[in-house]
Amino acid sequence: MSFRNTPLAVIQDVDKETLLTPELRAEIDKHVAKYPPEWKQSAVMPALTLVQDHNGGWLSRELMDQVAAYLDMPETAVYEVATFYAMYDLEPVGRHKVCVCNSISCMLGGAEELMHHIEKKHNVAPGGTTADGKLTFKEFECLGACRHAPVVMVDKAYHECVTPDAIDKIIDDLD
Amino acid sequence: MSDDKITLEIDGRLCTAVPGEMIIAVADREGIAIPRFCYHEKLSIAANCRMCLVEAEQGGRPFPKPVPACATPVNDGMKVLTRSKKALDAQRGTMEFLLINHPLDCPICDQGGECELQDVSMGYGEDVSRFSERKRVVKDEDLGPLIATEMTRCIHCTRCVRFGAEIAGLRELGATGRGEDMRIGTFVERTVAHELSGNIIDLCPVGALTSKPYRFTARAWELTSEESIAPHDSVGSNLRLHIRGSQVMRVHPRDNEAVNECWISDRDRFSYEGLSSPERLTEPLLKRNGQWQTVDWQEALHAALEALQAPGPDQLGCLISPTATLEEQYLLQRLVRTLGSDHIDTRLRQQDFRGDAADPTFPWLGLPIAELEQQQGVLLIGSDLRQEQPLLAHRLRMAALDGATIALLNPYALALNHASLQLVAAPPALASELRALSQVLGKPVQGATVEISDRHRQIATALQAAGKAGQGLVLLGALAEADPDYSLIRALAAALAETAECRLGFLAAAANSIGSRLAGSLPHRLPGGAAPKRPGLDAQAMLTDPRQGYLLWGLEPDRDFADPSLAMAALRSAKQVVACSHFKSAALDEVADVLLPISAFAETAGTFVNAEGRWQRFQGAVAPAGDARPGWKVLRVLGTMLEFDGFGQNNAREVHDEVAHACSGLAPDNRLSDARALTAITERSAPSAGALTRIGNLPIYASDALVRHAPALQRTPLAESLAVYLHPQQAADLGLTEGDQVRLIQGAGSHSGSGSVGDNAAAKEARAPVVLDDRIALGCTRIPAGVDGSEALGPIIGPVRIEKIGA
Amino acid sequence: MAENQNTVCFRTMHLDARVRHTLESYRSVGGYRQWERILREKPDPDQLINEVKTSALRGRGGAGFPTGLKWSFMPRSKPDQKYIVCNSDEGEPGTCKDRDIMRYNPHQLIEGMAIAGYCIGATIGYNYIRGEFYEPIARFDEALEEAYAAGLLGKELLGSSIDFDLYTHLGAGAYICGEETALLESLEGKKGQPRFKPPFPAQAGLYGKPTTINNTESLASVPVILEKGGQWFLEQGRPNNGGPKLFSVTGHVARPDNFEIPLGTPFRDLLEMAGGVSGGRALKAVIPGGSSVPVVPGDVMLTTDMDYDSITKAGSMLGSGAVIVIAEGTCMVKVLANLAHFYAHESCGQCTPCREGTGWLARVLDRMLAGQGRTQDLDLLDNVAGRIGGRTICALGDAAAMPVQSFLKHYRFEFEYLVEHGRPLVEAA
Ligand SMILES: Cc1cc2nc3c(=O)[nH]c(=O)nc-3n(C[C@H](O)[C@H](O)[C@H](O)COP(=O)(O)O)c2cc1C
Ligand code: SF4
Ligand code: SF4
Ligand code: FES
Ligand code: FES
Repeated sequence: MSFRNTPLAVIQDVDKETLLTPELRAEIDKHVAKYPPEWKQSAVMPALTLVQDHNGGWLSRELMDQVAAYLDMPETAVYEVATFYAMYDLEPVGRHKVCVCNSISCMLGGAEELMHHIEKKHNVAPGGTTADGKLTFKEFECLGACRHAPVVMVDKAYHECVTPDAIDKIIDDLD
Repeated sequence: MSDDKITLEIDGRLCTAVPGEMIIAVADREGIAIPRFCYHEKLSIAANCRMCLVEAEQGGRPFPKPVPACATPVNDGMKVLTRSKKALDAQRGTMEFLLINHPLDCPICDQGGECELQDVSMGYGEDVSRFSERKRVVKDEDLGPLIATEMTRCIHCTRCVRFGAEIAGLRELGATGRGEDMRIGTFVERTVAHELSGNIIDLCPVGALTSKPYRFTARAWELTSEESIAPHDSVGSNLRLHIRGSQVMRVHPRDNEAVNECWISDRDRFSYEGLSSPERLTEPLLKRNGQWQTVDWQEALHAALEALQAPGPDQLGCLISPTATLEEQYLLQRLVRTLGSDHIDTRLRQQDFRGDAADPTFPWLGLPIAELEQQQGVLLIGSDLRQEQPLLAHRLRMAALDGATIALLNPYALALNHASLQLVAAPPALASELRALSQVLGKPVQGATVEISDRHRQIATALQAAGKAGQGLVLLGALAEADPDYSLIRALAAALAETAECRLGFLAAAANSIGSRLAGSLPHRLPGGAAPKRPGLDAQAMLTDPRQGYLLWGLEPDRDFADPSLAMAALRSAKQVVACSHFKSAALDEVADVLLPISAFAETAGTFVNAEGRWQRFQGAVAPAGDARPGWKVLRVLGTMLEFDGFGQNNAREVHDEVAHACSGLAPDNRLSDARALTAITERSAPSAGALTRIGNLPIYASDALVRHAPALQRTPLAESLAVYLHPQQAADLGLTEGDQVRLIQGAGSHSGSGSVGDNAAAKEARAPVVLDDRIALGCTRIPAGVDGSEALGPIIGPVRIEKIGA
Repeated sequence: MAENQNTVCFRTMHLDARVRHTLESYRSVGGYRQWERILREKPDPDQLINEVKTSALRGRGGAGFPTGLKWSFMPRSKPDQKYIVCNSDEGEPGTCKDRDIMRYNPHQLIEGMAIAGYCIGATIGYNYIRGEFYEPIARFDEALEEAYAAGLLGKELLGSSIDFDLYTHLGAGAYICGEETALLESLEGKKGQPRFKPPFPAQAGLYGKPTTINNTESLASVPVILEKGGQWFLEQGRPNNGGPKLFSVTGHVARPDNFEIPLGTPFRDLLEMAGGVSGGRALKAVIPGGSSVPVVPGDVMLTTDMDYDSITKAGSMLGSGAVIVIAEGTCMVKVLANLAHFYAHESCGQCTPCREGTGWLARVLDRMLAGQGRTQDLDLLDNVAGRIGGRTICALGDAAAMPVQSFLKHYRFEFEYLVEHGRPLVEAA
C-alpha cells in the first residue's frame, strides 16, 4: 500500500457549498469530470490556477485549504503542489506579472540585459513587486518559445524578441 | 510454492528469494548489510536517498549503472555486489552529498551515537569535505510537546511523510517546495496530533526529529537498555527502556511482528515521564488522628494487617487496577481469599455484572492481533478504538485499506482515518440497533429494534459475507463494557456474531484485564478460571453495598471507577482503607488510613496477558521510586506476616509459574455459556424526561494514573479536559450554545442499579463548558471521564442533568 | 531543399496563417483520413504498430526510443482501462517545436493521439500541456471542440464500437513534469516527482493503469506515417533514423526558427537555413539536442549530420532536436553556469545526488565567475557531476551532469583562465 498509487483522499467533512464561489466550483467541476471519480485530486492544479486567477494572482493559505476541502484532499498535499510549481504565488503580487525567460537561448539572445533594465528602471529585484503594486517581476526558466528569444511572459501573453525599448512600451501599456 | 523460488547471488552468497522481492529485502534476510536511509520495511518504497546503490548483473550482463537495492526486484540468476569498488564509490558519492548540507553538529545532537547517518558515514572515511559553499539552514517548526525538530539536519528521506500518509492515515507532514528548497514540515506550523506520532522519531534516520521530553537530557552512550511491556492498553507493546542510573530516560519500541510490529503509541512512549512525577508516593504513610505521618515499612505493614483483619471477612473488599501485574493480582486474591473474602474485582469501569454467570473463562480478542489486518468485515460495538487501543486501530485501518468493511456502533461517531460505516445511537438504543442487524440477517431476537435502514443492511450483509469467508469479526470495546446494559449488549453481539458466522472478540480495556481472569482476582473466578463456591461481590456491588474495610491497589478512587462519586462515598464511609499506590492524591489522602508505596511500571518484574491471550513477562528495569517496594514483595510479606500458606515465593518468576500451572491447558475461548437466554435481559430504564445520558469516554491520556501524571502527553491536543459535548440540535433544544458554562448533575438514585448509599443522597455537581459536536447521538452528551473535574460526577454511562449557569 | 521541408508535422504550414489550424484546413491536407479509415475498417492494431515500427520513428521527446516498439509493450489484452498521454510539457531550454505544432496543426496531434489510443487499446487520452502555453492551449482546446463536434472524438465514433475521449491537462511551471513519470504524478494531482522504474508506465502508469506516453511531435507524426506508409517515412531520413524531424535552431543565428527537415541533413545546411551565425561571427560551439546534451565544438558540428546516430558519433545526442548555436566570443563558463542554474532550479528535490549536487555545481560556477575560483574546482566540478550522473531516479541528474563534463572537456582552458585571472577569457580577447 502506497500513497504513490492510491488517491490521497481524506474525508473532508464540510459543506462543499460553502467553499470558494459557485462560479469557481462550477469551473473546477468541469475539470473534475475529466478524471476517474476517485481521482478528483487530479483537478488540483487547474483548481489552484482558477482560484489564483480569481484572487488577483496569488493563493492564500485559506484558499488552498478550501481547494483541499473541495477536492477531499489533505491540506498538506495541496501545499506540496502549490509550492512545487512555479506558476503559483503564495504571497500577494502586483497587478501584473512580468516573467522574463533567462534560460540558455534567451540568455544568448540578451535576456540578462533585459532583466537588468527592468530591475533598474522599476527598482525591483527578481521575485519582487514594484512599490506601486503594478508589477511583480520574475525570472523564469525556458518558456518553450526559444526561437523568439528573449521571451517575456506578461500575465497570459508571450512577447517575443523583446528589447529593452519594447519592454518599456509593454509595461507602459499596462494599467 | 517452492517452484516459485528463485536463486541469486549477493556478494558471492547464494540466496533464495521470491520473484518480485527487492534486493535489499533478500540481503536483509541473509544478514548482508546494505546502507539505507529511505527504505523502511513498513513503508512504501521511495528510492530517493540513493544510499543503497549496488552493482548488479543479470545473465552475465552488468547493469550499466549502479541500481538501488531497495527498488530493484531480484531475478533468477542475478548477481549482486554490495561492496564492489563501483558500489562503494556510488555509496560514498551519496554520502558526500548527504553531508554537504548537513550541519555535522553531532556533539550537540540528541541522535548522536545512534544516528544512521553518523554510523554509515563512518564506514566510508571520506577525506575532509570538499564543500566550501554556504550550507543550507532550515527554519524549525514547532510540532508540539512530543517532537523536537532540527530541520537543518533533515536528509529528506521522506520516511516521516510516508509514515503519516500510510500508517497514521493523517498527512500532516509533507515535503513542500522543490529541489534544494524542499522542506519537510507541516508548512503552516501546526502540532502533529496523532496517537502514533512519536514513531517518526524512530523512523527519522538522523536527528531532525527527536523526542522533546528527552531532549538534551542524556547522550545515547550513557544509557543502558532493558526490555519491557507497555502497561496502558491490552496490546502489550514490546518496549525497550533506556535507562540512566535509576531513571527511565526514554522508551522505544521493540520489534514484535505479532504484537506491535515496530510501532508504539505515544501513550506507551511518553508515559514514563509520570514515573518521576513529584506526585509519586515514595514512603509509607499512616493516618493518625486525621494527620498523615511517615512511618517505616514495618510499622506500616502492621497497621495494614490490622486494618485488613479488623472488618471481618465479609466486610473486606478488594479493588484492583486492571493494570496490576499477574503476580500482584494473584497474590492479592490469595491474601484476600485467605482472609475469607471473595469480594475482589478489577473491573472498575463496569456497571452491569448480570452476565457474570455466563462469562467465558478466558475471554480474548477472538483472534491473534496480527490477523485483524486480514479481516474482511468487522463490527466494533461501543469502542472509541483509536483512544482505547491505538495499535489495534492501526491494524483495523490496514484491513480497511485492504478493502475490509469496518462498521461501528457507538453513541458518538468517531473521527477515523479510513472508510467506515458508522451507526450512532444513544445507549438505550444500542441494543435495538444490534437487534436490527440480526433481523436483517433473518434471525430476529426478541425485543425492540430500530427501523432498518440501508446502512443496517449494508453492515449486516458485509459481516455475513466476511463471516462466510472466515474473516468476519464482532468486537466489544470499552464503551460497551461500561454500559449499564453491557450483559445485554454482549449477548446480542454474540447472537449477531453467530448468525453472521463471525467471530466474537473482546477488546480488553487494560494491560492486564485478561490476566485477572487467569489470576483469579475476580469475585467469580479463582486462579486458572475456576469458579468459587459462591461468588463474592463485584466492583459495583462492593460500592453500592459498602464494606467496612477496603484494600485498594494501584488506583485513584476518584478517577478509575465507573461511578467516582459512588466510590468515594463508599470509601469515605468505610472504617479502614488500605491503599497500595504509585501516586499520592487528594482523594487517597481523604479516604485512606494506610498508604503503602508500591513500584510502578518499569520498577517491578511481572507479567501481562494481552488482548490475544499472550503472556508477556518483564523484569524490573529501574529501582522503585523512593522507598516504594515491588507490589508482589509487599504482598508476600503481608501473607508471611499472617503466616498464610502460599506466600513463600523467592521471586516474581515463581509467582508467575504458580499462575501458569493453575492455567495449564486453558485456551482462550469466547463462548458465553448461555448467550441466547441473556438476550432476554431487560434493558435498564431510559433516562427520565429532561435527562440526557452521559457518555463518559476515557480520553487516551486519562486512561490510568501513570499517563495522567505524564506532563508532555497532557499538553498535547489529544489530552481532553472536562467539557460537555452536545449535538448542536440537542444544545439548541436545551437553549445552550458553544462555550456556555453548565452545571452537571448526576443525582443519586438515578442509576437504576444503585442501592442506597448513606451519604450519597446529595446530588453531585460539576461545571464544564459546552462544546457543539454533531457526531454525538441525540439523547446523550459526551462528558469525558478520568479528567480533572470528572471526580465529582456519577456513572460514566448514565443519566445526567445539565443546567446553564446563571440561567 | 524546400520540397522536402514541412512534410509531416508542419504540413499545414503553407496554408493561410489565419486558418491553418482549423479542422477544415487540416482536412484539406488529408487530415483525419487515417482515423476515419480505422473507425470504418477496424484494422488489426498490430498491423498499424508494425507500420510505425517500419517507419523507424524514434521518440521526439528526447530519449529517441522507437515509438512502435514502445506501443508494442502495452498489455492490450488486459481488461484494465489504458491511457495514452501526450507530453506537451516542452520545457527543455532551446526547444520550441511542440508549441508550434499545437499552434499551427493541432488536429494532427489529435488524430495521432486517437490512432495511438487505438493501437494500444486506450479509450482515454490526456494531453499534458505546460501551463504557460496560453495560446497553444487555446488552439488545442478549440481543435478539440471541433473534433468532438465533427464526431471524431467521443463515444461509438462514426457508429463504430470505438470510443476515444481526449482531454487537456495543464501544467503549472515545472520542467521536471516533462519527465514522463513526473508528468503522470502531476496528472494525478501531485508534485511532479519522477517515479522509480520498474514498474514502467506500460505496466503501471497513470492511476496505476497501463499507459503510453509520447511526445507531441512523435504522436503528430503518426497520421502521415499511416497515410504515406512506414517505408516512405523511413526513406525521408536514414536507416534507424526514420523521417523528417523538427529542429528548433536558436541562439546566435540570424534567423532562429523551427525547421522540419529530413534526418541526416548536414548541420551546415541547417545552419544556413537559419541564416548562419549572427553578426557574422564564427561558430564556437553547438548544443545539438536541447540543453541536457553534451556540447560539441563548432568545427566538429560543421562536419556532422543531423540524425540520432551521427550526433551520437560526434559525442552528443540529438535529444529533442533543439540546436543551440553559440558564437565565438561567448564565455563558456557563463553558459555552463546558466545551464547549471536551470537544473538546480528545476530539480524536483527527491533524490540526494540531484538535490544536493545540482546546487553545488551552480554555486561553484558562480564563485568562479565572481573571480573566486580555485584550481581544484575544475576537478571538483567534474567529479561532482560524475557522482550525480547515472545515480538518480530520473534522467534530470544525467542532464545536469553531462553538460558539465562536456564543457570541461572541450573548454577546460576557459575555466583555467578564469580561475587564474579572475575574469573570463573572452573578455580578455
Ligand atoms: C528531465 C526530463 C525532461 C523531459 N522533458 C520532456 C519534455 O518536455 N517533452 C517531452 O516530450 N519529453 C520530455 N522528456 C522525455 C520524456 O521522459 C519521455 O521520454 C518522452 O516524453 C517520451 O516520448 P517519446 O518516446 O515520444 O519521445 C524529458 C525527460 C527528462 C528526463
Ligand atoms: S525529518 Fe527525518 S524522517 Fe523526515 S525526511 Fe527528514 S530525515 Fe527523513
Ligand atoms: S534526478 Fe533530480 S529531478 Fe530526477 S527524480 Fe532525482 S531529484 Fe528529481
Ligand atoms: S530559453 Fe527562453 S524560451 Fe526557451
Ligand atoms: S534505501 Fe534505496 S534509495 Fe534509499
